[in-house]
Amino acid sequence: MYLIQQLLFISLSAIAIFLFSKKIREISRNINLGKAEEISDCKLNRWKNVLLLAFGQKKMFRNPLVAILHFFVYAGFVIINIEIFEIFLDGILGTHRIFANQLGSFYTFLINAFEVLAAMVLSGCVIFLIRRNTLKLKRFISKDLDGWPRSDANYILIAEILLMSLFFTMNAADRALQLKGNIHFLDTGSFLISGQIASTFNSFSISSLEIIERSAWWLHIVGIFAFLNYLPYSKHLHILLAFPNAYYARLEPMGKMENMPSVQNEVLLALQPEMANANLTETEKRFGAKDVTDLSWKNLMDAYTCTECGRCSAACPATQTGKLLSPRKIMMDTRDRIEEVGKQLATGSKNEINKSLLHDYISVEELRACTTCNACVQECPVSISPLDIIIQLRRYLIMEESNAPQEWSVMFGNIENNFAPWKFNPDERDKWSEQ
Amino acid sequence: MKVPVLADLIASGQTPEILFWVGCAGSFDQRAQKITRAFVEILKHAKINYAILGKEEMCTGDPVRRAGNEFVFQMMAHQNIQLLNSYSIKKIVTACPHCFNTFKNEYPALGGTFEVIHHSVFLQQMIDEGKIRLKEGGSFSGKKITYHDSCYLGRANNIYEAPRKLLEELDADLVEMKRCRSNGLCCGAGGAQMFKEEEKGFSRINIERTNEAISTEANIIASACPFCNTMLTDGVKLAEKEEKIQVLDIAEIIASSLT
Repeated sequence: MYLIQQLLFISLSAIAIFLFSKKIREISRNINLGKAEEISDCKLNRWKNVLLLAFGQKKMFRNPLVAILHFFVYAGFVIINIEIFEIFLDGILGTHRIFANQLGSFYTFLINAFEVLAAMVLSGCVIFLIRRNTLKLKRFISKDLDGWPRSDANYILIAEILLMSLFFTMNAADRALQLKGNIHFLDTGSFLISGQIASTFNSFSISSLEIIERSAWWLHIVGIFAFLNYLPYSKHLHILLAFPNAYYARLEPMGKMENMPSVQNEVLLALQPEMANANLTETEKRFGAKDVTDLSWKNLMDAYTCTECGRCSAACPATQTGKLLSPRKIMMDTRDRIEEVGKQLATGSKNEINKSLLHDYISVEELRACTTCNACVQECPVSISPLDIIIQLRRYLIMEESNAPQEWSVMFGNIENNFAPWKFNPDERDKWSEQ
Repeated sequence: MKVPVLADLIASGQTPEILFWVGCAGSFDQRAQKITRAFVEILKHAKINYAILGKEEMCTGDPVRRAGNEFVFQMMAHQNIQLLNSYSIKKIVTACPHCFNTFKNEYPALGGTFEVIHHSVFLQQMIDEGKIRLKEGGSFSGKKITYHDSCYLGRANNIYEAPRKLLEELDADLVEMKRCRSNGLCCGAGGAQMFKEEEKGFSRINIERTNEAISTEANIIASACPFCNTMLTDGVKLAEKEEKIQVLDIAEIIASSLT
């Protein structure tokens, strides 16, 4: 009987881990479809960002109340996973609470701590679920989230609530069995929260308690495996990617735009050929980005890291005044498109009707509305830059499609010919001093 | 007003300490010209050894780069850097956050490395060093002032305090808008928006921002960017509040408070 359970557990774990790692490899391959970009400088500052932004969730604290709740859920969820280690060993070895004997009273302390954390996770998730679905927060009722993304957010919260409830049920049934003197269930002492529930289990028979305990144990671990495999399809992937994304975050001032050496070189060839690098011109396939594969791998990792919280869009001046642009949608579109490209690659099918990120996912009107104010970049808790993608798409529009509004074309001409965005005579540049 | 031009100074064997980069708005926009003249007044008052490029100055290329036209940006950058390097310019002050950002963050990669300082920080330093003094109980004392953060000073380059410290010198009542500092709302001009119509929406960005400023009941909206100044001035006009609230650059405020 135990052997069957063990075999079942081992094969289930193997399947779960296999599927998860397969999907992660797929995501990693997709990210690497982006253009190469060397990010290896200032290691110390990068680790500092991992500590402050990812572990410390520094930017979440721009709204302290929400930050504390989120921290509970995050810290709780991560730390409770230590318990998974024991569950995992028990499952494989057919043991029950393998560490209880060795650790003694420290074990009781540990599980107590986990229970407190689990209660924090549970209440945090309940509050978030209510907040998300009843308070009419603009970033949650936004049409960006219509359909699957809105359900995704709720599924995650419900899954966490269920997992925590199962954890409590499992401990409570276990304690009730201990109290009934079942020799399989080693006396661990009463735990803070499940201890309260255990007393309500008093009237249950031993066999039904055993069924409750085993079902909760199995559902909990199967739930964990399911959650693990749901992650890579969900916006919730940020719990993993927030860390590398903080490490690879841009360290330069936000005002700095990436240089385009290829264009610099072409301009030098025209204006001052002796300064130009004659070998460089061939390297650029196209100017700016038309599709996800023209973006850097960091842009694509940004897209997979995005948890669709919408703080970017809530701060965006264009979104706030009802323009089509929403920085969150830029990130969601980028992820949807790279997933599509990845699928096509896997099935070997051709890029149907030449779809691309620009035009098919992100429209010209959206791109035009950006003021490059960096509010989205400032707000993002997980170090994403929607602006960087917007700029690269704008570059493609202007330099490859010559797609500019009339006023901009005039402005370009004025700057090129009169050295100012307006049509003034350059000789009148210092006329202001005549007054 | 007499303003020293770099080429003339060099021809007569003088080298100024600092180049005042006027920028396109400061040179051509009638409203921004007033800011330029106010800043020159302060430079003169503090006896700063400065010069402008005059007719030789060109757009830094900020709006074209942000619109996506890297070619024109590189052309402008190249010409400006060549010129500044040929004059061996070391230090630049400018009243435009967009020019400031381009010099500070984008020209170094193209061979143009200069010490650049925005006029808000420059004015702050001059006050700290005692080069300029402000009148006690000047025309701003007791007035309510709200400061609008320029994106290219604030978020882009982390300059939040210098302009505020300047305003605190005035004996005025400094009130903050709800969205200030790193939460500041853009005026709507950046990213080359200044040079085209806004996209369709339910409001305009400058109206949204100006209304926020008006709701502080300030008498003055202080700005540190000629483009923010234009956007907010338009916003005040649209709200028909010109009699109640003025949009002024920090240089204008300081110039009219000099002892």
